[in-house]
Amino acid sequence: MVEIFVVLVMLLKLAVLVAVLLMLPIPLTWLERKIAAHIQQRPGPMRVGWHGLLQPLADGIKLLSKEDHIPDAADRFLFTLAPIITLVATLTVFVAIPFGETITVYGTEITLYLTDMNVAVMYVLAIAGIDVFGVIIGGWASNSKYAVLGALRTCAQLISYEIPMGFAVVGVVMLAQSMSLVAIVEAQSELWNIVYQPLGFVVFFIAGLAEAQRIPFDLPEAEGDLGAGYHTEYSGMRFSFFMIGEYLVLILLAALNVVLFFGGWNPLFLPLPPLIWFLLKVAFFVWLFMWFRFTFPRYRYDQLMTIGWKVLLPLSLANILISGVILS
Amino acid sequence: MTSVTVLQEAENKSRVTQEVLLNLGPQHPSTHGVLQLVLQLNGEIVERTEPHIGYLHRGTEKLAETFTYTQIFPLTDRLDYVCPPSNNLGFALAVERLLGIDVPERALYIRVMMVELARISGHLLIVGALPMDLGAMTALLYTMREREMLMDLMEMITGARMHTSYIRVGGVREDLPEGAAERIREFCEILPKRLKDYERLVAGNRVFLNRTKNIGVIAPKDAIDLGLSGPNLRASGVDWDMRRDSPYEIYDRLDFNVITHDDGDCYARWICRVHEMRESVRIIEQCLDHMPQGDFQVALPTIAFPVDKGLLETSMETHIHHFELSAYGFKVPKGEVYAAIEAPKGELGYYVISDGSQKPFRMRVRAPSFVNLQALEGKVGNMKYLADVIAMLGSLDPVIAEVDK
Repeated sequence: MVEIFVVLVMLLKLAVLVAVLLMLPIPLTWLERKIAAHIQQRPGPMRVGWHGLLQPLADGIKLLSKEDHIPDAADRFLFTLAPIITLVATLTVFVAIPFGETITVYGTEITLYLTDMNVAVMYVLAIAGIDVFGVIIGGWASNSKYAVLGALRTCAQLISYEIPMGFAVVGVVMLAQSMSLVAIVEAQSELWNIVYQPLGFVVFFIAGLAEAQRIPFDLPEAEGDLGAGYHTEYSGMRFSFFMIGEYLVLILLAALNVVLFFGGWNPLFLPLPPLIWFLLKVAFFVWLFMWFRFTFPRYRYDQLMTIGWKVLLPLSLANILISGVILS
Repeated sequence: MTSVTVLQEAENKSRVTQEVLLNLGPQHPSTHGVLQLVLQLNGEIVERTEPHIGYLHRGTEKLAETFTYTQIFPLTDRLDYVCPPSNNLGFALAVERLLGIDVPERALYIRVMMVELARISGHLLIVGALPMDLGAMTALLYTMREREMLMDLMEMITGARMHTSYIRVGGVREDLPEGAAERIREFCEILPKRLKDYERLVAGNRVFLNRTKNIGVIAPKDAIDLGLSGPNLRASGVDWDMRRDSPYEIYDRLDFNVITHDDGDCYARWICRVHEMRESVRIIEQCLDHMPQGDFQVALPTIAFPVDKGLLETSMETHIHHFELSAYGFKVPKGEVYAAIEAPKGELGYYVISDGSQKPFRMRVRAPSFVNLQALEGKVGNMKYLADVIAMLGSLDPVIAEVDK
């Protein structure tokens, strides 16, 4: 009986998680447009609903009613598969993210995460890497020159940032003596990792921007030179799959930054509930990513590789060395 | 063909890699209009660039042959549509030289002031558009905010925001309205502060510097050989400005600096324009300070409508001239002339041949954008990557309406 209850709770948590995650891009598109508008001294969407609050809904209806167009020259199977890979891979990562401590509901202890894997860090980095394959496959399968160029840029980008990103986390793992994300958060209950690992954070943050394909590293879709890059040929719901995937990666990276370096659910001053603290911190990072997007130009793809290999990689290695020396 | 077979072919060497022809435009967010660039790509590396023009050809030069001299002004508006007054001025100068008339002092000052406002309007657009092509969207919206003030000014002075047709043969269409001078001064006070903001936001950004410094370098000799003019030429270190070196209107009485830069790269072209706007503000302030009272157009009833509209009711002579001017236009003596001005984009020249009638026999426009665009042809400087082409194109600041005419 107890086992069934545990499974039920698990399924319920999964349902809530997926539902919330798939809904989140709706307010986020509105928020991004509003933030952009206020940075650029204009009102932004104002017509649909109060201050354009229903704008994402209108956009969604528009995307749903668009013709689902597959180019003749495209590889139909891969073309259909690509957006699904991106979305599913990103959603899967969230299984390992701890959103808060254990809470007690009607005398039952419920953990605010789905699993506490002992190799969660590895899992997150590995699965988060998979969503890029959606981009690569999508660009390739479109059989369009712009899309292929976007996909090629993604390949170049992938190998340049994934390695420093992985190395940047090593310092955190050394501090917590564990690869479990829950253990990492618990290890930060007194002092956050950002104090011990400022260099690691900088490397992780910059590599994260590249992972999320945000400006200044939004090369695969650089509308300035590639039209729309890898999703040039996508329309309707397939396009919105990529969009949702992009926003989810954004939330994921904000969450990872919080979990690894900013103490997860640990409060700072106010004794708010842990979940609220976690969400506040994530919101801050999401806002930071959006702020970046509307301030910076984008790097050229060879410049990104230079940064990845010549700056971030040595820095992340140095970070491991320094952490090792200090810890021993 | 599926991707799998392609991969198999690549493996057994029956498929060889080859360069790709990429059509950048005519519908593309960064081509500043309907320009088509055919790029020969080796991966991301650009081997050759070939601009294809003509998508916006409206036959301005041929059309001009069927219009009277006054009717041509709206056509010139539509050449470089981001700064119409300078297009008007070039044509007015050519016709005035054929007619051999002198323009009243006040009109000269108003014209120079309008042209400098137009220069600011043109430069503001590109100073914001280049960062946007490189991904920084916000800069454009900031410059548009200032451009909106200019548009309002244009509307106040000329009655139109975009296609002003304000400068006419023999002067300007109407005198400055009341309060215009104060509003122009207000604008002149705000703009330099905002320019400082742009420099902090854009030129203070390392990503922007990485994308524009040492990219698309044009050597001084190449710049002259290509026939570049305007800020593009001066950014290559060639100290040449028609306003100073071949003065027209009242430029010889004004105190301003010619901005040059030694690097000749995309950044030099961008920053030259920012500094030129400062000089334009100085010119406008001087114009306002020294503007005399008096007529705003020549007192020749055969060429300009009477200032005092009451005369139409009392003087038969005036009435006849007014009718003739409206119905047939004015006659221009036989001859040919080339008049050039320093437009925001460079040397804008009008070559007009008159056969003595009310319409030009031939009008030829030397459009600066058209000549400047040549810098994109072939293998350019150290422009290496696809993204550099965008930076180069943006920094050359072509207006396609002017290129295609």
